[in-house]
Amino acid sequence: MKKIVAIILALGMMASVTACSSGSSSSSQASSAAASSEEASSEASGEGKSSDFKAAMVTDTGGVNDQSFNQSSWEGLQSLNKDTGAKVSYLESKQAADYATNLDKLADDDNDIIWGIGYAMAGAIGNAAKQNPDISYAIVDNEYDEKTMPSNVTGVMFRAQESSFLVGYIAGKTTKTNKVGFVGGQTSAIIDQFQYGYQAGVDYAAKELNKTISVSSQYAESFSDSAKGKAIASKMFSDGCDIVFHAAGGAGVGVIQAAKEADKYAIGVDRDQSYLAPENVLTSALKLAGQAVEQVSKDAIAGKDIGGKTYTFGLKEGAVGIPEDNKNLSKSVYEDAMKIQKQIIEGTIVPPYDKTTYAEFSKK
Amino acid sequence: MQLTAKILKKPITSALISVVFGFLVAAVVLSAAGYNPWQAFGALFSGMFAKPKYFSNVIIKATPIILTGLSVAFAFKTSLFNIGAEGQYIFAAMVVTLLGMKLNMPAVLQIPVLVLAGVAAGGIWGGIVGILKAKYGIHEVITSIMLNWIALYLSNYVVNLQAFHQPNSTGTYPINTSGYVMLLPTWKYSDSGKAFLKRIPWLKEVMLKTDVNFGILVAVLMAVLMWFVLYRTTKGFEMRAVGLNRDAAEFVGINVNRSLLESMVISGALSGLAAAMSVMGMAPHNISTLAAFENNGFNGLSVAFIAGGSPVGCIFAGLLFGGFLYGGKNVQSEIGAPSEIIDIMIGTIVFFVALSTVISKIADRLAKGDASHA
Repeated sequence: MKKIVAIILALGMMASVTACSSGSSSSSQASSAAASSEEASSEASGEGKSSDFKAAMVTDTGGVNDQSFNQSSWEGLQSLNKDTGAKVSYLESKQAADYATNLDKLADDDNDIIWGIGYAMAGAIGNAAKQNPDISYAIVDNEYDEKTMPSNVTGVMFRAQESSFLVGYIAGKTTKTNKVGFVGGQTSAIIDQFQYGYQAGVDYAAKELNKTISVSSQYAESFSDSAKGKAIASKMFSDGCDIVFHAAGGAGVGVIQAAKEADKYAIGVDRDQSYLAPENVLTSALKLAGQAVEQVSKDAIAGKDIGGKTYTFGLKEGAVGIPEDNKNLSKSVYEDAMKIQKQIIEGTIVPPYDKTTYAEFSKK
Repeated sequence: MQLTAKILKKPITSALISVVFGFLVAAVVLSAAGYNPWQAFGALFSGMFAKPKYFSNVIIKATPIILTGLSVAFAFKTSLFNIGAEGQYIFAAMVVTLLGMKLNMPAVLQIPVLVLAGVAAGGIWGGIVGILKAKYGIHEVITSIMLNWIALYLSNYVVNLQAFHQPNSTGTYPINTSGYVMLLPTWKYSDSGKAFLKRIPWLKEVMLKTDVNFGILVAVLMAVLMWFVLYRTTKGFEMRAVGLNRDAAEFVGINVNRSLLESMVISGALSGLAAAMSVMGMAPHNISTLAAFENNGFNGLSVAFIAGGSPVGCIFAGLLFGGFLYGGKNVQSEIGAPSEIIDIMIGTIVFFVALSTVISKIADRLAKGDASHA
């Protein structure tokens, strides 16, 4: 019994010691909050003061080394740190219940902008923004209703259908069996962009070549189950597909493995994934979350009003696209794809992003 | 000397020594990685205690793992190694979420129904292991590991069914608010609640920014109850007897198979209760597609070990563990050390607890040395 009392006392002491230190930190919090509001009011003096700027992000359950948008976003923040000297940090979420506590934690660390990576965090970001009206929040891959969204939240969306259209076009031009495949993660508005953009791109190439190319699509119902991704892709390859595009996060790693084993082609997503299988990755539909994170954070540093709206990044902004080096891709196809890219940027081709727009696109 | 030996023999001493060694090893790892260990530990503890709401979060984090820890510890007393707490948790969380979403009764009915459903679901999942063990002698470690995976994939399947899946998310719809077990969930956001809380800033922080819930009371109550069942009832005596020596227990007329089954059902039910408390007590009140195990059950294993299998010890071990889990994140954001360091520290502590027999051997030697001198 005595020992238990002793432990409780020791814990109490520890608590009181740290409580003292927190007193001082909360006062510095107040002063830096004042500084940042000053910063916001004087737009011109962005550069010099930005070393006081603190940006942080909360990963979704994929973790910071997910080979995908969490990693890319963290790279974006690191490069922000290099360019502007802003302090950056991240918190990893191990489970969905961590989103709210992680966001709250970062709000205490007097961050100026807090990023949530992924639409799974949409609700948690919305609540956190209401609780801390002085802090800017931003979320990747989610847009809120403009009328009801809090004025300190920024949505960041990508026109992933544009890069998907490009890789679809490339797949259509490259396929020899006239059968290509698509493996998605979970059905959602975000993955629809990839699927329908890709299908439209394949159709566009088929029309150009005057043949029919079939696209088989299947979902892994997971963004992490690489075994399932592999099984689906293997089935597609044995059914005669020679190119499979994936938008399935970690599950897609299995798709690339399947391509390697079947010696067929896979198309990567988000980052240039050719390092996963140099001989079997045809190209990748880039979605550079990091670039967007960096861009929006810089706008915030410069004191621009970023809240209450949704940024959309596409080919034009250079945040989606395909890599320049594609060693498995024939030069003429790449050049054709660049012509398509130009047309998309100019607006003569508008790739569809969901079922209805795809139906309209097909009618043309 | 005798006194030192006596102190060393107490389970709590070996637990504390292991914790200290865990910190020492973590300090070495931190310095090797180029971080100042004192700063890191400072960040760890300030992440746990610097504000009342942090400590509130520690308690919230600790609640499910105290219960799963109890679950593992209870089974351990009957010599069953319930590595399936994870699966029992997942299965129960799924059942509670589905029921909580589809049923919408007044809170007085909704809450007990959901809690009982979670307890029953966990009990069934644990009971399967118990039946297989009692009837066919299949080792519980194998069956419960398999059932963990079955629960994981079953849950993922159910999450993606159209009836439950919330569009454009990775999870299901949340449960109805009548199933919430937070402290005054609606009052604290109401105008009068906000006005009242404004007068007490620390309480406001705790109430509005954390999901203060009744789970911890349930966990403490359960720890005491389990201690009572194990040490003050005939059933508990039988179970412990089976744990100490199965054959001897059978010889004196204890129904060993029934004891094994009952023990697994109770163990599973405790994990199920943990799941019910999590789903009902904290945001987001739903289940999501699981990429991997969330470790609510596996952390329970560590908690049970640190506690040396003692039900009441699980409360403290669970709080310690919850503190590490929650405060550990601060180490990353404050000094930039990767969060893996915390995992290494927890791993080391569990490792040294497993070595606690060494400490009792040292104690024996001390005692012997003393005796020979005398």
